[in-house]
Amino acid sequence: MENATRAFRPRDRAWHPPAFFPDYKTSVYRAPRLPLVSLGATRSELTAPVFGHSMIRATDNDLLVNGRVDGDPIGPRMILFGRVLDEEGRPVPNVLIELWQANAAGRYRHVNDSYLAPLDPNFWGVGRTLSEPDGSYRFRTIRPGPYPWRNRVNDWRPAHIHISLWGAALCQRLITQLYFEGDPLLALCPIYNSIPDPAARERLVARLDMGESLPHDTLAWRFDIVLRGPRQTFFENRPEGA
Amino acid sequence: MLRELPSQTAGPYVHIGLLPVVAGIPFEPERDWGAMVGPGVHGERIRIEGTVFDGVGAPVKDAVLELWQPDAAGRFPGHDPGADPAFKGFGRVAADLSTGLFAFETVKPGRVPYPDGRLQAPHATLLIFARGINIHLHTRIYFEDEAAANAEDPVLALIEQPERRRTLSARRELRDGRVVYRFDVKIQGPEETVFFDV
Repeated sequence: MENATRAFRPRDRAWHPPAFFPDYKTSVYRAPRLPLVSLGATRSELTAPVFGHSMIRATDNDLLVNGRVDGDPIGPRMILFGRVLDEEGRPVPNVLIELWQANAAGRYRHVNDSYLAPLDPNFWGVGRTLSEPDGSYRFRTIRPGPYPWRNRVNDWRPAHIHISLWGAALCQRLITQLYFEGDPLLALCPIYNSIPDPAARERLVARLDMGESLPHDTLAWRFDIVLRGPRQTFFENRPEGA
Repeated sequence: MLRELPSQTAGPYVHIGLLPVVAGIPFEPERDWGAMVGPGVHGERIRIEGTVFDGVGAPVKDAVLELWQPDAAGRFPGHDPGADPAFKGFGRVAADLSTGLFAFETVKPGRVPYPDGRLQAPHATLLIFARGINIHLHTRIYFEDEAAANAEDPVLALIEQPERRRTLSARRELRDGRVVYRFDVKIQGPEETVFFDV
């Protein structure tokens, strides 16, 4: 039975950012103050919606193309690739990876973004894919720009890409952000630095990979994703397309 | 052993990635992430609606919420044989950008077992993402008219103060003959909702 074979290590909350982090002002009134109630996973947390390949269209992971109107989006072309693994290092297939980002000027295509930088008529900044049987995934996009945000008077977000992950169990659910190696804004960012452990922060930094880069075409950045893993056995194979 | 990636806030532009149409982007506009039920679905059709409130009592208008639950017979779509093919089990909606109200159209979930074999009371799992939330909030929606089942629910029993259990109880009302459950989430304050660490 599922419950006998699937068990998750407790999530190490000290590895994640605390809910309450005053340098990130909005968190002050959006953080629970009472302790979380600890719950051993039941079937409600050990199951998850099944996302099949039928929902993924050919250009969903190609942000250079999917928002195109009359030309290519402006900005440095990039490949984002890596593998989805569990905590035992095993590949996790069929993980729904959804991402969103600003354009090269640091502007989001969103009704609530009023930054003065221009929209790019050929760029939406949304993509998704499912990880392959070996856990691998790949996107093409443009490198997003940094942008200012209302927090302290002169706060700027480092260039980043938001990543949403749905694995095989609800208790693996995770949304995070990917950053770029060598960005001087990282040291100044209260959101990045809400993660207490420098080793944990480093895990969100994508690395330039010249081996996967395409000469005269596109630079590649490697970003490996690790989800909470069951500690004893493999996940069951999940049916697709449900 | 590897460790999972640390969480980061979904930020104010979460809709671009999770509900592009809400952001104003026609990326698969035909997909309705909130549609959990199809024609001929089994069980009692219900609407669950509410608002997430922050620590000063203001509605969280930029939240995205996800709901996961079994069908009316307690079977999880994609996992359990015989699960209702007209029921998806999963829904994703945005709080209204001007009012903060969210709503799911679903069915009343059936009971599912706790690991020791006891039955849990009918419930749905609710995940909340928003700007200022550094790691998503995880809570459960129970139903006030399931008093007997709630009284024996092993998860509600984990909540030390019985007074706090009612923060997970959705209030039933009838509106134009339809069943609506009201479930407000209070992130802080005297009525702070119970959130789980799973």
